[in-house]
Amino acid sequence: MQKIADRLGGMIVLLMGLSVAAAAQHYDTGSLASMGPGFMPVVLGVLLAIVGLAMLVVAPVARKPDARPAGLSMRGMLCILAGVASFAVLGNYLGLVPASFCAVFIASLGDRDNSLRDALILALAATIVGVVVFAYGLHLQLPLFYGG
Amino acid sequence: MHQSLLDLWYGFSVAVEPTNLIWALAGVLIGNLVGVLPGMGALSTISMLLPLTYPLAPVPAILMLAGVFYGSMYGGAIGAILLNLPSHPPHAVTCLDGYPLTRQGRGGAALGITMMASFFAASVGIVLMVFLSPLLVSLAARFGPAEITSIMLLGLLAGATMSRGSALKGIAMTLFGLVLGCVGTDTTSGTVRLALGLTDLSDGVELGALCMGLFGVADFIVNVNRMGSGYSSPTMSMKDMRPTRSELRRSFLPMLRGTAVGTLFGALPGTGPTITSFLAYAFERRLSKHPERFGTGELAGVAGPEAAAHAKTQMDFIPTMSLGIPGDAIMALLLGALIIKGIQPGPQLITDHPDVFWGLVASFWIGNLLLVVLNVPMIGVWVRMLRVPYRILFPLATFFICVGVFSARNSLFDVGEVAAFGIIGALLLRLDFPLSPIVLGYVLGPMLEENFRRAMLLSNGSFNVFVEHPICAAFIAISATVALFQLYSFCRRSLAAPRVRCAKTPQTDLAD
Repeated sequence: MQKIADRLGGMIVLLMGLSVAAAAQHYDTGSLASMGPGFMPVVLGVLLAIVGLAMLVVAPVARKPDARPAGLSMRGMLCILAGVASFAVLGNYLGLVPASFCAVFIASLGDRDNSLRDALILALAATIVGVVVFAYGLHLQLPLFYGG
Repeated sequence: MHQSLLDLWYGFSVAVEPTNLIWALAGVLIGNLVGVLPGMGALSTISMLLPLTYPLAPVPAILMLAGVFYGSMYGGAIGAILLNLPSHPPHAVTCLDGYPLTRQGRGGAALGITMMASFFAASVGIVLMVFLSPLLVSLAARFGPAEITSIMLLGLLAGATMSRGSALKGIAMTLFGLVLGCVGTDTTSGTVRLALGLTDLSDGVELGALCMGLFGVADFIVNVNRMGSGYSSPTMSMKDMRPTRSELRRSFLPMLRGTAVGTLFGALPGTGPTITSFLAYAFERRLSKHPERFGTGELAGVAGPEAAAHAKTQMDFIPTMSLGIPGDAIMALLLGALIIKGIQPGPQLITDHPDVFWGLVASFWIGNLLLVVLNVPMIGVWVRMLRVPYRILFPLATFFICVGVFSARNSLFDVGEVAAFGIIGALLLRLDFPLSPIVLGYVLGPMLEENFRRAMLLSNGSFNVFVEHPICAAFIAISATVALFQLYSFCRRSLAAPRVRCAKTPQTDLAD
């Protein structure tokens, strides 16, 4: 399992390097003496690709004692990300209050031990604190509600 | 040297100004709290507080952020010793002997000794900073673009190879950070690079969004559903924090040795307090007449590593403040904060902005003193705070992240960036990549490119300039040594039988 993860990591780095180098072709690379905007990205992309190749080729070494990659909880990841994304989207269209409420509500559902009631209470508390501290206290530049 | 003392006096006058003092106090309090609570490290907290500092003047801003940093080092020891809960990686090694001491009823004494060791080590670090920095600066006056490039290369290389995990992954992440630094408008030519066609990216990736996504959100994603809910409270009385005389005697030498280790490693960019504390622990064990006592409550195993970590923390500031080269991700963040305020980091910082530099140095002492004084009565409070379940903390923290990032540029797109970096960070953590080199690369990238460009321009494309100038050549040589050392230890490891010792640490790879 660890080997697959390492191989996958190497692949990703290799792909990243290739795509950066490819994207940078559009910009003027220039020469070493007068470097254009594309020079650095191309160099970085190539280096990344080399490192990626090295990661694929080199056998994974025994890891240091305190390294232990975690398994990812799908539910946690989806809920937290959805929470942040909902803040961005709802904040744009509906304002601070709906955005805060939904963000905290969705994010707190990411934890298995949070019931719907817990999430609701948290969301309510966060929204109230948010409005008082950020909107009134710190003059956050986000309207509470977008009218209409 | 006389000048340094005068400057320090000036710094004290800056640091005790009421505004600055209050913000520094806020910083150390928050830092201490954050250090006690698991899951949110100094890095994510500083990221969250970064937008708060935008309306502040540079001096209180940097005082507060720095206070969070070294405050968290104090707080981390509390959780580690009392509850066997290393909130942050540097304190993992403190658990090993700290918790058994608590079970023997000497937890309070262990804490007291830790506080003393920390204060001592921090003081030594501060003294060194006071006298070394001007020296470094006068040396740096002879730095040209080639020298700066080679130092940055060394810093990046050290940061990449000495962080947790395989060196190759560290290098890959540093390169990734450098690429992220390229996103946006190139200052020299005005071309918009790597912006994926999005106009919002033409100003580049926002530092706060990057950090909060990588270290805050990704951290939550990895830790949610894995943190134990509720922790067993210590049944010992906390009133007795006075260590006995023999305990003091036994921890004196380890404290000195730990400070030495921390100071030496503090000078190296790229190493973090975690490696330093582990090394100090191993060192103590090697030197001890009773190595078998380690793990059962040996004071040397607590005093030494904590002193090392604190000395390292203070030394971290030296290359950052005097040369403008951040040693790790947190320093990179602090530098980023200064840049946002319009203060160019580098050798001229001391002369151009003496209030920032010397005020910071003076506030270190005041802050450390405050922390020692505060922690004595506040132990009970911290312990009670540890009982707040993680499932309540992280949604609120997510909310603060969203609001904080938005307030930096009044941009909800930045909040979207946080989500994007959250996924990226979580995936990278799952694949066992270290995340802190990314921030190092991102902050140093533009400066590295500019100086490299200039060096090449001046030398007409010839690489000889890097070996011709003595200072440059020295740094290149050190970088080469670091790289070769990595190769050497890699070859040794793949030939020897791997010995894996499992230690319980939370999944955070932050300031290391």
